[in-house]
Amino acid sequence: MTGASSQMIVFEDVSKFYGEVLGVNRVNISIAPGITSLVGPNGSGKTTLMNLMTGLLRPTRGRISVLGTAPDQPEQLFRKVGYCAQFDSFPKGVTGREFVRFYLMVHGHTKAEANHLTDAALERVDLRDDAERKVAGYSKGMRQRIRLAQSIAHNPSVLILDEPLNGLDPMARAEVIRLFRQLAEEGLHLVISSHILHEVDMMSDCVVLLNNGYVVAEGDVHGVRDEMEEHPMQILIRCDRPATLAARVFEHEDVVEARLHKDRRGLFVKTRDADKFYLTLNRIVLESGINIESVAPADDDLNAVYKYLIGSEADGS
Amino acid sequence: MSSTIEVAPAEQTATAAPWTFWTRQTLAVMRLEVGKNFLNRRASLLYLLAFLPVVLLALLAVFPPPAREWQSFNLLSVVYSVIYNGLILRTVIFFGCAWVFMNLFRGEVVDRSLHYYFLSPVRREVLVVGKYLSGLVATVTLFTATTVLTFLLLYLPRGGAETSVYLLEGQGLVHLLTYVGVTVLACIGYGAFFLLIGLMFRNPIIPALIIYGWEWISFLLPPLLKKVSVIHYLHSLVPVPVPESPFAILAEPTPAWASVPSLIVVTGAVLALAGWRIRRMEIRYGGD
Repeated sequence: MTGASSQMIVFEDVSKFYGEVLGVNRVNISIAPGITSLVGPNGSGKTTLMNLMTGLLRPTRGRISVLGTAPDQPEQLFRKVGYCAQFDSFPKGVTGREFVRFYLMVHGHTKAEANHLTDAALERVDLRDDAERKVAGYSKGMRQRIRLAQSIAHNPSVLILDEPLNGLDPMARAEVIRLFRQLAEEGLHLVISSHILHEVDMMSDCVVLLNNGYVVAEGDVHGVRDEMEEHPMQILIRCDRPATLAARVFEHEDVVEARLHKDRRGLFVKTRDADKFYLTLNRIVLESGINIESVAPADDDLNAVYKYLIGSEADGS
Repeated sequence: MSSTIEVAPAEQTATAAPWTFWTRQTLAVMRLEVGKNFLNRRASLLYLLAFLPVVLLALLAVFPPPAREWQSFNLLSVVYSVIYNGLILRTVIFFGCAWVFMNLFRGEVVDRSLHYYFLSPVRREVLVVGKYLSGLVATVTLFTATTVLTFLLLYLPRGGAETSVYLLEGQGLVHLLTYVGVTVLACIGYGAFFLLIGLMFRNPIIPALIIYGWEWISFLLPPLLKKVSVIHYLHSLVPVPVPESPFAILAEPTPAWASVPSLIVVTGAVLALAGWRIRRMEIRYGGD
């Protein structure tokens, strides 16, 4: 194990089949510290990847290493890893506090240590006031937060979260995302799956796009977008004379489409070379005196990348 | 939500000597599981089973049957042997152990909560041991209580002085302690088998019924095959032999010095197999 790979989560040619059904196939990825989001439609293999890296599933082929530890060594792995799985189920009859504390005791902590860690985890997810209530009586958002508390209670350096924003109200979502960012800044690996693309886009350092069990793209969103040469970059230019601008931009050889915004106060331009286009735009503005309000990429986000690569509207789910 | 709380490092406990650490983890698992075994909704069936013979013997104490065996003090030991072997050992303890030990893992799969254990830094073999011991605590507590209470309910209401002499000066106490010992061994042996079955089969009822059938027909089996059953070793240990069926194929009972270690060794082997099995187990609740 090299020094670098002992700081990464590494999948080497990993495949998982459920009988004859494909879970994931030939996955080769390396996940660095920070927030990495797994994105893809239902059945694309996100949960399978998470279950593989935590040893809940065994790969049919290939090798996985989480900071240098194989997932079939739970006694070492779960000192470093916390996993908030998607299963919305709990041992019967426990309170929130008992739920977190019981499993800390199973970790091998003394009662005093377990109590201390439990309090800290409950504080982090803002559940101290409801900790003595039975989990069965919790709302969906509270159940989500108590599972999050359980997964972070032992201070892992890798946190794996399967749809952690599900069931949370907007306020709680913002708080949880802030917590994730804080943990990432502390140097943790956070691996998150989510359907809510604008939130993933907002918080992720890196994305792994999955479809039908295959990794279709990996990297930071802008990097992934830049590499999609078959999809010209779309830029929205807000200005006072969009029609004039449209006529001028067509003189640029890399512009493949120019379309007026429906409010007729802007222009969508599709270009194969955005950097070159920005230089051309400067020249046009200087020559024609068009008054520009704003220039911004219109499809340089995860939603667009998802749509181009996976082929469906993404943010609906 | 706060992200500024200082928390003590979690790794410090892992540095303890492995056996000390595993013992601590085993005890933590046991603490959690013993509570479940006694207080869970599933435990009601266990209580029902455990106290069924007690209720029966209490009724028979009030309304004794006219049969000769019930009227003669000297024959009560045979009556108890029949009740113990037929009802307590073969039915109550067998099904009680099946219920408790099969649910240790299968119940958690059904409840979709097993992954919490699998996501803890605990060797899965330690989990098997912790859960097995918790099952033993529950079954041994309840079924030794059943054994003691039924024994006393048979003797105490009959022949005051005769009973005192039998229990305190005669063979009574030895018999009672032997029955208790057999009960403990039955929980140990059946418990290990049912734990393994609960790990291996999605629907463990069918293999449990097959074992039940095998244990019941063991009296018809040739001597060599008899030894492939738990009941043979347990029968060898009971203080008063059960009258055999006229169709039974007779075999020498295995002496205690051989049957007790045999049961313990087989139990160890079955638990080792369970440990091997659980290391390969995947969490796929959807398929269960």
